[in-house]
Amino acid sequence: MKRDVKKPENESERTNDTQYSLNDDRRVKVLSPGALVVKRFFRNRLAIVGLIMILSMAVFSFLGGLIIPYGESEQFYIDTNMRKEYVGVTHNDTFRYIVPEGESFSSILQSRFTLAQINGNDTFEYDKAEYTLTEDGKDLYSIRTADGTLVAVAFKDIVNAADGVEDGTFTFKYEALKAYAAGKDSFDAEGKSYALDADGNITLDGKDTAYISRFVVQPKENGITVTKDFREFLAEKLDAGETEFTYEGTDYQAQYDPSQLVWSVLQNTSTHVYDKYSSPSLKHPLGTDSNGMDVLTRLMYGGRVSLVIGFIVVFLETFIGVILGGISGYFGGWVDNLIMRLVDVFYCIPSLPIIIILGSVMDKQMVDPQIRMLYLMLILGFLGWAGTARLVRGQILSLREQEFMTATEACGISVSRRIFRHLIPNVVPQLIVTCTMGLGSTIITEATLSFLGLGVKFPFASWGNIISDVNNSFVMTNYWFVWIPAGICLMIAVLGFNFVGDGLRDAFDPKMKR
Amino acid sequence: MRGKNHAASYAAKTGVNILRKYIIKRLLISVLILFCVTFIIYALIRCLPGSYVENMAQRLSTAPGSKPYEEWLAQLNASYGLDKPIIAGYGSWLLDFFRGNFGDSWRFTVPVIEEFKSVIGISFIMGVISFVIELAIAVPLGIVAATKQYSKTDYVISAAALTGISLPTFFFATLLQLVFAVKLGWFDTHGLVGRDYAQLSAAGQVLDKARHLVLPVLTLAIVSIGSLMRYTRTNMLEVLNSDYIRTARAKGLNEKKVIYHHAFRNTLIPLVTIIGGSLPGLFSGALITETLFSIPGIGFASYQAMVAGDIPFTMFYLTFIAILTLLGNLISDVLYAVVDPRVRIA
Repeated sequence: MKRDVKKPENESERTNDTQYSLNDDRRVKVLSPGALVVKRFFRNRLAIVGLIMILSMAVFSFLGGLIIPYGESEQFYIDTNMRKEYVGVTHNDTFRYIVPEGESFSSILQSRFTLAQINGNDTFEYDKAEYTLTEDGKDLYSIRTADGTLVAVAFKDIVNAADGVEDGTFTFKYEALKAYAAGKDSFDAEGKSYALDADGNITLDGKDTAYISRFVVQPKENGITVTKDFREFLAEKLDAGETEFTYEGTDYQAQYDPSQLVWSVLQNTSTHVYDKYSSPSLKHPLGTDSNGMDVLTRLMYGGRVSLVIGFIVVFLETFIGVILGGISGYFGGWVDNLIMRLVDVFYCIPSLPIIIILGSVMDKQMVDPQIRMLYLMLILGFLGWAGTARLVRGQILSLREQEFMTATEACGISVSRRIFRHLIPNVVPQLIVTCTMGLGSTIITEATLSFLGLGVKFPFASWGNIISDVNNSFVMTNYWFVWIPAGICLMIAVLGFNFVGDGLRDAFDPKMKR
Repeated sequence: MRGKNHAASYAAKTGVNILRKYIIKRLLISVLILFCVTFIIYALIRCLPGSYVENMAQRLSTAPGSKPYEEWLAQLNASYGLDKPIIAGYGSWLLDFFRGNFGDSWRFTVPVIEEFKSVIGISFIMGVISFVIELAIAVPLGIVAATKQYSKTDYVISAAALTGISLPTFFFATLLQLVFAVKLGWFDTHGLVGRDYAQLSAAGQVLDKARHLVLPVLTLAIVSIGSLMRYTRTNMLEVLNSDYIRTARAKGLNEKKVIYHHAFRNTLIPLVTIIGGSLPGLFSGALITETLFSIPGIGFASYQAMVAGDIPFTMFYLTFIAILTLLGNLISDVLYAVVDPRVRIA
C-alpha cells in the first residue's frame, strides 16, 4: 500500500540543478510517505493555526500550573469592614414582673394589674380572687392576695447584675427596687447589707454587684457581655442624641427603629472573608471566583483536567474500538455479525442521557470527586467506542482483500500479527484523524457534563465547571471574568483539535495533490 | 420493443422486491437492537440505587400515624414493579410498553404519555425551524466552498464550519443570553412565554412564543450548521473530481451548468440520505439548549426527570430516542438505495 513516492522538485529548484542530466536520479528528491504527509500538513494554514492553538493550550495548562504560585483550590481572603448588630437598647416604659418562688402571676393577671394601675384602683379581681396592689414607690407596685401573700412585684426600673450575666433572686431585686424608689442609700437582703447610690449602682463590701436602670441593653449575639461602663456610656450618648460614637477604640453606630422603640447599636468590625468575585488585578489577573479562588489558576488546572480526560477517554475508545473492529473486520462471518450488532446497540444507546443519569446518581451517593472523575472517563470511553470499531472494521474489510494481505498469508504470518502489524497500521491514518476530532468532541462532552454539575466536581477544576458559575445570573451579567475566559479556552482547545484533525485528514489523503 | 418493456418492468419489480426484503430485514434487525438497547437501559436504571422511591417512602413514613419506612418502601417498590428481578421486571415493562401503557411519571405526577404529548410539540417546532435554517445556510455555503476550493472563501467557510462544530452549546447559549437578552434586552433569557402572555391576543401570543424561540433556535442552528456544511463540501468535492464532470467540462459546457446541473444533482444523493436520516431526530429535542433556555420541550422535561430519578419517564424517553436513532439509520440506508440506482443491495 505504502511505497516511496518520487516527487519532482518545483521549478525554481530545478533551474539550479541544470548541471545534472535529465534522467539523473539526483534531480529527483525522494520523500517518504510520512514526509509527504508532514509536508502537506504544514502547507495547510488552518492546520498550523490549530496546532498553535493546541500547543498554546497545553503549555498554558501544564506549564502554567507549575509557574503560577497559587494552588488549584487555594482560597484567598480579604479583610472587610462589616457593621454587625451588637446590642439593642430599649428605654423601658412598660411594667415588668418578678414573682417569688412558688407563686404565679399569669399574663391575664398582669393585664388586670395594668388596668387597675392606670385607673388608679387599689384592687382588682380575677377568677373569684381579689388582689391588692400597693405602691411601694414610683413605678413600683407589690401585688398581694386577699390573705396578704405577696404574689408579684411590678416595676419599670430594672435590676441588672453588674457582670451582665448573673440574675439576682426575688428578694434581692425587690429590696433593691424598694430602696431605689425610696431614695435610700442602703438595703438589706438575704442577710447581706448592700449599698446603693443615686445612679442605682449596688455595691456589696465596695464591690459592684448590680445596677438599676431603665435602659435595657440586650446583646444581639451570644457571647456579648455588656459591661456597666458600656451601658452607662450608651445611655449617656443616646440621651444626648448622638448616633455615632467610639468606645474603647471601636466604632459604634446607633439606629433608632421607631416601630420597635429600640435603638439598635451596630459595631464596626473587621472580618476575614473569602475574596469573592474580586475584579482582575495584578494579584489575580482574571479575578477570583465564587469560592475566592484565583480564576487564572483554576483555568490552568482546569485545562489539565479537560485535556487529560479527553486523551484518556479517546485512548479507551480507540483501544476497544480497534480491537473489536479489527477482529470483526478480519474474521468476518458470525464474529463480524455479532460484533457489528453490538456496535449497533452501542450506537443506539443515548449516551448523554445515560451519563446524566449516572452523574445524578453519583451526586446522591456523594462519590468522592477523584473516583468520580475516573468513573466519568470509563463511562465516556465505554459508551464511545462504537464509531471507531465501525471505522476500523470498514477499512479492514476493504484492506484484507488486497494483494499484500494475500502475501502475508502466503508467508505464514500468524493471525494476530497479520491483524495488528499489517492491517491496523494501514488504518492508522484514518484513526488519527478520528481521534483528533474525537478529542475535541470529548472535551466538549466533559465540559457540558461538568457545566451541568454532573462531571468533574469541586474541588477539582475543569473548564466546564468553571463556566457553571454562570448559573447564577448575577455572575453572568456582572462577573464576565469568571466564565468567559474558560469558555474561550475551551473553544480554542476544541477548535485546535478540529483544525488539526481536518488538516491531517487532508494530509493523509493520497488523492490530494497539494 | 415489447420484450424490452417486459424486461424493464420485470427488473423494476424484482428491484422493488429486493428493496422490500431489504427493508424488512433491516426492520427486524432494528427491532432486535431495540430490545437489546432497552434491556441494557432497563438493567442499568434498575441497578442504580432508587433514590426517588426511598425519598418518597421516607416522606410518607414521617407523616403522622403512618406505616414504618420499610413497609412503605416495600409497598412502593411493589406498586412500581421494582420488587421483581431485572429480567421479569423488563418483561413486564416490555408488555406494558406494547400495550401502550407507559406508566405514570414520578416527577410530573401525570401519565408519561400525557407529559410527552404536552412537551413534544415545541421541541418538534424548534427542531424543524433550526433544521430549515441549517439547510438553507449549510448547503449553499458548502457548495460554494467546494467549487472555490483553496480560495479565501473556502478557507473562511471551512474555518467557520469548524468553529461551529467546536462551539460548546452551553457556552454559546450563555453568550447569546448575555448579549441579546441581558445587555441588549431584545429577548428574555428564559422560558417560552413572557410575563404578560395571558393578556395578549391570539396573534400576540404566537409572536411572544416566536420571540422566545429566537435564541434557542439560533443556538441549535449555529451549533449544528458546521457538520452539514462540511459534509456538503466533502461530497461536492468528490463529485467535482469525478470523470463525468471532466467530461461535462470537456464538452464545453459553461461552469454554471456543470456545477448546478451535473455536479449538484449528484451531490444531492448523499445529502438526501443524510437529511432523510436526520428527520426522526427532529423529534428528539435538544437536551442542553432546552434546559438552558428553560423551554418546556422533551429535552428539558427529560433532564428534569433524569435528575429526579423518575424511572418511567426516563425509560420512555430513552426508548423513544433509541427508536428515533434506529429509524434515522434505517431511513438513510433505504434512501441511499432508493436514490442512487448504482447501489446494489446485498
